[in-house]
Amino acid sequence: MGKTFVEKILAHKAGLAAVVPGQTVVVEPDIVMTHDNTAAILKTFEGIESGIKVRFPERHVIILDHCTPAANETHAKNHKEIREFVQRQGLPNFHDIHVGICHQVVAERYAKPGLLIVGSDSHTVMAGAFGALAVPIDRVEAAGLFAEGRTWLMVPQTFKVELSGEFQPGVTAKDLILTFIGDITASGADYRCVEFHGPGAAAMSVDDRLTVSNMIIEAGAKCAYFAPDDKTREYVREHAGGEWIEFHPDSAAEYERVFHYDLSKLQAVVSAPHNVDKVKPAAEMSEIKVDQVLLGTCTNGRLSDLRAAARVLAGRHIAPSVRLLIIPASQQVLVDALTQDLIRPLVAAGGTLINPGCGPCMGNHEGILAPGEVCLSTANRNFKGRMGCKESFIYLSNPVTAACTALTGVITDYGTWRKNNA
Amino acid sequence: MPKVWGPYGNDINTDLLFAGKYTYLGSKPADIIPRLLEDLDAEFALNVQTGDILVAGWNFGCGSSRNQPAVGFKALGMTVIAKSFSRIFYRAAINLGLLLIACPEAVDAYTPGARVDVDIEQSQVRINGVDYQFPPLDPYVQDIVRAGGLIEAIRAKRTAAQATS
Repeated sequence: MGKTFVEKILAHKAGLAAVVPGQTVVVEPDIVMTHDNTAAILKTFEGIESGIKVRFPERHVIILDHCTPAANETHAKNHKEIREFVQRQGLPNFHDIHVGICHQVVAERYAKPGLLIVGSDSHTVMAGAFGALAVPIDRVEAAGLFAEGRTWLMVPQTFKVELSGEFQPGVTAKDLILTFIGDITASGADYRCVEFHGPGAAAMSVDDRLTVSNMIIEAGAKCAYFAPDDKTREYVREHAGGEWIEFHPDSAAEYERVFHYDLSKLQAVVSAPHNVDKVKPAAEMSEIKVDQVLLGTCTNGRLSDLRAAARVLAGRHIAPSVRLLIIPASQQVLVDALTQDLIRPLVAAGGTLINPGCGPCMGNHEGILAPGEVCLSTANRNFKGRMGCKESFIYLSNPVTAACTALTGVITDYGTWRKNNA
Repeated sequence: MPKVWGPYGNDINTDLLFAGKYTYLGSKPADIIPRLLEDLDAEFALNVQTGDILVAGWNFGCGSSRNQPAVGFKALGMTVIAKSFSRIFYRAAINLGLLLIACPEAVDAYTPGARVDVDIEQSQVRINGVDYQFPPLDPYVQDIVRAGGLIEAIRAKRTAAQATS
């Protein structure tokens, strides 16, 4: 009987010959990622017993990103406590406020095929793009991992998504994942691993695969998977480096459900307030006036995203009624974007450049909305109150739609914008 | 008789349960309870009593890794009954020693004002005198809940190891 990716990797990690869906296994994660919430986690951990030491210091990666630089004294104290904890426990993998959004930093510096990565943040699933098993956990569990280095996981059922074709201009990987979430709903993949396969997946860049994997949690999934290929291997050699083990599903693997998408048939879409699965064609949303556009985040703040937006915005200026926030996903992305002269045209077009970090994405600072305001965001969530104000409205889109919308002041897909600006 | 909150709908997300802007402003029950469900049901934080019950639909707690709602429900001694739970929220609850009850039939049977009783030992929810069965936990996971949460389970294990060494 064939095995899926997650059945193979969990059997390997648990030291068992085989596992089946529904089985609980005890495993030692290779990487445990925590961010600003380390401040709360360390108190739980160090409260277990006095003088407790971190069991496997080299497996923990701590990244400050959720409110950086600190917006107020409370955040500043949290950051200080984390820095002192890192010193006290001798943790080698700490990244202070300048390095970037945790999931992007994991992708750039740690992720490899075959690793078991857990993180106390739901978008930890992003590293599934490399053929790693990347699973979100909660804060108490992270505290337990500091102490014990192991945890339990249930072996999930698996969905398979077969992709063919290539995206039309102005349509991106974001539209694939939003369309998929709209089709199966916010709970449609609850507890499942979702594997992406086929020539469409092979044609996608690593950046695109990261965008898709990042958002699989919005369908309730436990993890995403793209099979490692030459693109993966080249990226990992240039980033995390070192050795790795690849896990590929058997061709006879048993999938609970199978989906097919022809990427060439997809259109640019948006998620309307206040749920990610409220997906509509972007071309039909031109009556929605937008006050703020957020370009960036761990979902769409990579080099290819900034380049796609710069192609539209270069030499033009955003609408006077719009604020355009630009948040590169990491220090590395920002440095590369500066080197490739992608930032100058975005700022010259009226963009406000914000340091790599989570910014306003989950309502902490740097671009909070006012009551009644509308934001079109390339981020991953549009929940009510998400950007700090429960009376505001968030639409999610791809970076090209975001750029076109910043120019017109109403939700505008690339096809419509090009037709009107030919 | 405990008050029953809800029934709330499907996909009640973590931002509705505890807004993201509060997540770094303290993690003790006293910091959390006054802001619980703020953007979902403003009455909740004002009137919730120890031992109350919450009823909701599918995929309760979806969204972020955010354990503050579970910390609040635990401190209030609440029972949460939903058709299903998102997996991160479910783990957060288990690790805090808060048992969540996934029982779609009971939620469907619930009507406002109905009497709700929960029998953990028998894995049963009783709505207006009719019993609904929910699946028992995996034994490994059950041990964590029985210990009162993951930290208590780790502490007990360490104490036992020291006693025998």
